[in-house]
Amino acid sequence: MADCHSQAHRRGGRLILLELLVLLVLVLAPFVVSHYFTILLTRFLILALLALSFDLVWGYAGIMSFGQSLFFGAAAYAVAMAVKLTGSAPLIAVFPATLAIGAALALIIAILLFGRRIGASSAMLAALGTLTATYIAERIVRTTNVLGGQNGLSVPSAPSLGSFSIDLGVPFYVLALLTLLATYLICRFLVRSQLGLVLAGLRTDERRIAFLGYDVVVLRVITFTFAGAIGGLSGGLYALHEGFIAPNVIGVTLATQAVLYGLFGGIGTLIGPVIGVILIEGLSYKLADQFPYLWPILLGILLLLLVIFRPSGLVGLLVSDRERIGRFGTSRRASGQSS
Amino acid sequence: MTLLQIASLTKRFGALTALQDVSLATEAGTIHGLIGPNGSGKSTLMKCIVGDVEPTSGEILFEEKPISQQSTTERARRGIGVKFQITSVFETLSVYDNILLAAQSHARLATLALSRSRGALADEIDDLLDQFKLWERRDEQAADLSHGEQQWLEIAMALARRPRLLLLDEPTAGMSLPERAHTGALLRSLISSCAIVIVEHDLSFIRDISDRLTVLDRGRVVKSGTVGEVQDSSEVKEVYLTRV
Ligand SMILES: Nc1ncnc2c1ncn2[C@@H]1O[C@H](COP(=O)(O)OP(=O)(O)OP(=O)(O)O)[C@@H](O)[C@H]1O
Ligand SMILES: [Mg+2]
Repeated sequence: MADCHSQAHRRGGRLILLELLVLLVLVLAPFVVSHYFTILLTRFLILALLALSFDLVWGYAGIMSFGQSLFFGAAAYAVAMAVKLTGSAPLIAVFPATLAIGAALALIIAILLFGRRIGASSAMLAALGTLTATYIAERIVRTTNVLGGQNGLSVPSAPSLGSFSIDLGVPFYVLALLTLLATYLICRFLVRSQLGLVLAGLRTDERRIAFLGYDVVVLRVITFTFAGAIGGLSGGLYALHEGFIAPNVIGVTLATQAVLYGLFGGIGTLIGPVIGVILIEGLSYKLADQFPYLWPILLGILLLLLVIFRPSGLVGLLVSDRERIGRFGTSRRASGQSS
Repeated sequence: MTLLQIASLTKRFGALTALQDVSLATEAGTIHGLIGPNGSGKSTLMKCIVGDVEPTSGEILFEEKPISQQSTTERARRGIGVKFQITSVFETLSVYDNILLAAQSHARLATLALSRSRGALADEIDDLLDQFKLWERRDEQAADLSHGEQQWLEIAMALARRPRLLLLDEPTAGMSLPERAHTGALLRSLISSCAIVIVEHDLSFIRDISDRLTVLDRGRVVKSGTVGEVQDSSEVKEVYLTRV
């Protein structure tokens, strides 16, 4: 017993260390970096929510989605319109509204895509279905005048909490970090619960999980909807933070970016996509100016190598597959005592 | 009680008729053996029962209710468990987690989401691990088990759901003789709570454990009856002499 506990402890060690390290860096960052970089980092934190949303869908439920920007963009536009109409952005309204918009939209799409009994082609259908949805959404937004068309919309008001206005810089950074942390902890609780075990089964073999009596459709719809809510939250904060949004926030490019964050950092762990966002966006910021032509190629090659040689992403280099998947139960009976 | 009743089941794959007008009945508390040469339709019949393959015509009754229109999930929930011919355990999960996953499939999703370990199931899972000699290997990945052990794990998973009907497609393939004997004894001990339909090529094994036998040949039922009746049947002898 003692032996098996220490073993489990060793295995469980690296991932949590990585999580704590990232948290430490993110907590200390605003004390160290300039105002300008704090603003940049805030954007990364908000995008990390989008990456988490993709990870839940693909890394945990096994649904390939090019649709996470749809929930992001829809909420971003909704916030922009609301701010335009009311002139204010109280967080007490922004949070529930963006979560609800993301969830509602995701629910509709999930029912359309997964609602029927489908066989082996469901993975393909999900990828194509979500891709089409984002593509169409971007087209619609680009040609809708009320939404600013090609020019996008400005979001002139900072979010507020009571009478306190959350301005760019440290206040917004704290807001983004707390939101990310809370979301992360909820996701972490869920994927390590017994539901996480069911999702692990679902993504490995959906047919098998159905023969065990699990409802694959319900599992997919619930996960997709939950992830959609997080995508919406991310988009709402993004609009408020950037003060401006263009049709690309709802488009295929951002959807693909969410996929890349996940694949680069490592899907199937929650910390992977967070690291993915920080590294990709950080490197892009550094290198895109210096090597405007070379950088996208470099990033492309890097990603390709990673996907080919380490499909579990950067986190997969540090953490064993066994630890990434985790353990959901073990016998409590002492070793050797067998009936 | 007739637990499983199959009435005039036909399954065509394009031009190929895999099952032709197959009828059979399995009583609760019995083991029903299904034998026949390669390609005779045994696995297809199993897949029709669990809903993996949709029959072209005919009806399947489970506990006297038609189930052909139900999804695989619904059939599983009604009490049908299965181990397919091709073993499919969740390879990346531990042996323990494989059984845990199966054991709690009755639970509500909200309960699962709020639960970190399902302690209430611990004894039940330990018992299954013991029965199938997997306790020592409980924390290993299922992929590391031998083929025979994976079959055991898969049967244990099916049983963890407490099914009333268990379908086993060649459960002893790749097992040593002692392992087979252990499996046979285990299966016999189950039948008070769970009837079994079993496909096996090992004729002596299936003769020993079955109460009834059905012989399929090229999608048709050649003979169905008690082990003695089937053994003495001239049609069956012909199938096995000319085709195996
Ligand atoms: N999905 C499928 N599509 C087309 N033909 C199929 C399919 N599944 C099975 N068949 C065919 O149906 C026939 C019956 O196959 P089945 O697997 O049921 O036989 P079996 O009795 O289980 O054989 P074995 O003893 O080799 O396992 C075979 O001719 C097989 O090729
Ligand atoms: Mg077969």
